[in-house]
Amino acid sequence: MSNECKVDGARRRLVVATAAVGGVGAIAAVVPFVASMLPSERAKAAGAPVEVDLGSLESGQMMTVEWRGRPVWIINRTPSMLESLPKLDDAVADPKSEKPMQPAYCRNETRSIKAEILVVVGICTHLGCSPSAKFKKGAEEGMDSAWLGGFLCPCHGSTFDFAGRVFKNKPAPDNLEVPPHTYLSEKRILIGEDKKGA
Amino acid sequence: MASHTDFEKYKSDGTLQGNLLEWIDARFPATSMWRGHLSEYYAPKNFNFWYFFGSLAIVVLVIQIVTGIFLVMHYKPDASINANGIPVAFASVEYIMRDVSWGWLIRYMHSTGASAFFVVVYLHMFRGMLYGSYRQPRELIWIFGTLIFLCLMAEAFMGYLLPWGQMSFWGAQVIVNLFSAIPLVGEPLSIWIRGDFVVGDATLNRFFSFHVIALPLVLLGLIAAHILALHEVGSNNPDGVEIKKRKDVHGNPLDGIPFHPYYTVKDIVGVVVFLMVFSIIVFFAPEGGGYLLEYNNFFPADPLKTPPHIAPVWYFTPYYSLLRAMVWPLFGLDAKFWGVVAMGAGVVILIFLPWLDRSPVKSIRYRGPIFKTLLTLFVISFVILGFLGTQPPSYAFFGVIPGAPIAQIMSAYYFLFFLTMPWWSKIDKYKPEPDRVTM
Repeated sequence: MSNECKVDGARRRLVVATAAVGGVGAIAAVVPFVASMLPSERAKAAGAPVEVDLGSLESGQMMTVEWRGRPVWIINRTPSMLESLPKLDDAVADPKSEKPMQPAYCRNETRSIKAEILVVVGICTHLGCSPSAKFKKGAEEGMDSAWLGGFLCPCHGSTFDFAGRVFKNKPAPDNLEVPPHTYLSEKRILIGEDKKGA
Repeated sequence: MASHTDFEKYKSDGTLQGNLLEWIDARFPATSMWRGHLSEYYAPKNFNFWYFFGSLAIVVLVIQIVTGIFLVMHYKPDASINANGIPVAFASVEYIMRDVSWGWLIRYMHSTGASAFFVVVYLHMFRGMLYGSYRQPRELIWIFGTLIFLCLMAEAFMGYLLPWGQMSFWGAQVIVNLFSAIPLVGEPLSIWIRGDFVVGDATLNRFFSFHVIALPLVLLGLIAAHILALHEVGSNNPDGVEIKKRKDVHGNPLDGIPFHPYYTVKDIVGVVVFLMVFSIIVFFAPEGGGYLLEYNNFFPADPLKTPPHIAPVWYFTPYYSLLRAMVWPLFGLDAKFWGVVAMGAGVVILIFLPWLDRSPVKSIRYRGPIFKTLLTLFVISFVILGFLGTQPPSYAFFGVIPGAPIAQIMSAYYFLFFLTMPWWSKIDKYKPEPDRVTM
C-alpha cells in the first residue's frame, strides 16, 4: 500500500455517520425481541383475589392457598405462639416491621389484622423457596434447643418466627410479605384486595 | 482475493481419488485444514493422563447433542396440567422413560452425560492449573475455556428445569431469584428472565428454547474459538516448556509429534475407557444415589411446597456453598446480594488467573512447596465446599462440627488462594526448567 494515500475526511465522516445510524437501527431492532420476554398481557391479567373460608381452621393449624401462583399461609396462632413474639424482639432483624413488607394495617406486633390470624406469603425473601413449618418448641424437629417455633427455609437456612419475622444473621433480608387482605365476614377473608385507606 | 491454498502442494497424484481431492481443494481448504489441525498439527510428545479430558469433552458434547436431538422428538415443554393432574412436561419425560422405544436409554445417556460433562471439564481445568496451561501465550485459550464453563453452567441449569419436577422448579426459583438481589434493576430483571411473576409455563418454554438452540450455538462457537486459539499457539505440556523453541530442519518442533495419528490413537484409548465407565453408570446407576438424578425430581413441580431439603446437582454445589456462605449485610446491601456476588466472582475470578500467577515457570513439576501445598488445600476446600453444598445448612460433621462456619472458612480460602497468588507465586522456590520436554 502506498504511504501517500490520504484519508478523505468528508468520506470518512460519511462512513462514520452511516455506521452510527445503522447501529441505532440495529439496537432498535433488538427492542421487540427483548420486550417479547416480558410477562405477556395474559400473564399480567392473571392474579385475581382469592376468597378463603377460615371456618375449619382450628387454633394452632395452618392452611395454604394459592394466590398469583404463590403459596399464601393462613395460621391460626395459639396464645403460646403469640406469647413467643415479644420474647424474640431482640433476635429478629426487623422487630417493629419497619420495612414495607406488609400493608400499613398489619404493621403491628403480630403483623396481622386479627391478633391470632396471620396471613403471609409463604415465600422466603431470600431466594424464593417456601419455608417449612417448625411449630414445635426445642430440638424435636431438628432445630436448636432454644427454638420457640416458627419456620425454617430448607434452601439456605433462614428462620422466621410466628409473625413471619426473619431472625438476624440469616441470608433472608426481610420479613415474610403480608399480602393485602380483608375480612369479608368473621370467618371469610379475601386475599389480594383490601379496602382503601384501611 | 488471495487464496490460502498452495495448489502445488495439493497436486493430484493422478488417481480418481486424487483428482477429486484436488478439485475440492481448489474450492475448499479440505486438505489444508486436515493438515493444519490434525496430520501436521504438532503436539508435544510428552502428553500424559491429564491430556485425555479435552477430547473427552468433545465426545460428551457429541453424546449430549445427539441424545438431545432425539429427546426433543418426544419431550413437551408445557407446564399445564393434563387430564391425570400431572404437568404435561413432567408426563412427557415419564412417557419417554416408559413408552418410547429405548427412550429410557437416550434419556439416561443425556442425564448422565450432563454430569460426565462436568467431571471431564473440571479435570480438564485442573490440568490447566497443574501445568500452567493458562500462562502466556495461552491466556485467550483459558478465557474462552472459562466462558465455555459459564455457558455450560447455564446450559445445565436450564436443561434441569425441563423435566418440571420439584427440584427443577425450586432450583430455577432460587437461581432466577438470585438476579433480584441486584440493587435497583434486580426485580424487573428477574421478572424479565421468568417472563412471569413466578416460575411458570413462560419460564419453561424459554428455558427450553435456550437449552436446545441458543446456548448450544454459543457453546459451539466458543469451543471453535478455544480450539482455534489452541492450534494457533500450540499445546502446553506437563513440563510447561515451549516446544516451538527447538525446531528441526523442516521447521517442525523437535519435541512435537503430529496430532494424527499419534494423539488420535491415544485419545481413542481414553474414549474407550470413558465409555466403559459411562455405560456402567447409564446401565447400573443412572440415578447415581440421588446425586445424578435427585429423588425429589421424581415428584411433579408443586409451586406451593418446597421439598424439605433442596440442593443443586453435585456439579453446582461448590458454587452454591459460596452463595450460602455470605450471611452478613455489607455496605448497606443485603447478605443475599453478597452471596450472589460471591457465587459469580467464584467463576469470574478464573478469568484473571493468567495475570495472578507470577511464577517464572509454568508446570507444577518445577514449582515450589508453597504452590504444591496451597493447590492441594485448594482442591480439598473445593471438595469440602462441594460436599457441604449437597447438605442442608444445618449439617454438622460427625454430628458435632457445624458445617456452616467450615463452608465460610473454605469460601474465604477459595478467594484468598487467587487473590494472594501474585504474592506467594513470586516468593515460592523454583527448580530450573529443562530446555526440552522430558518423558
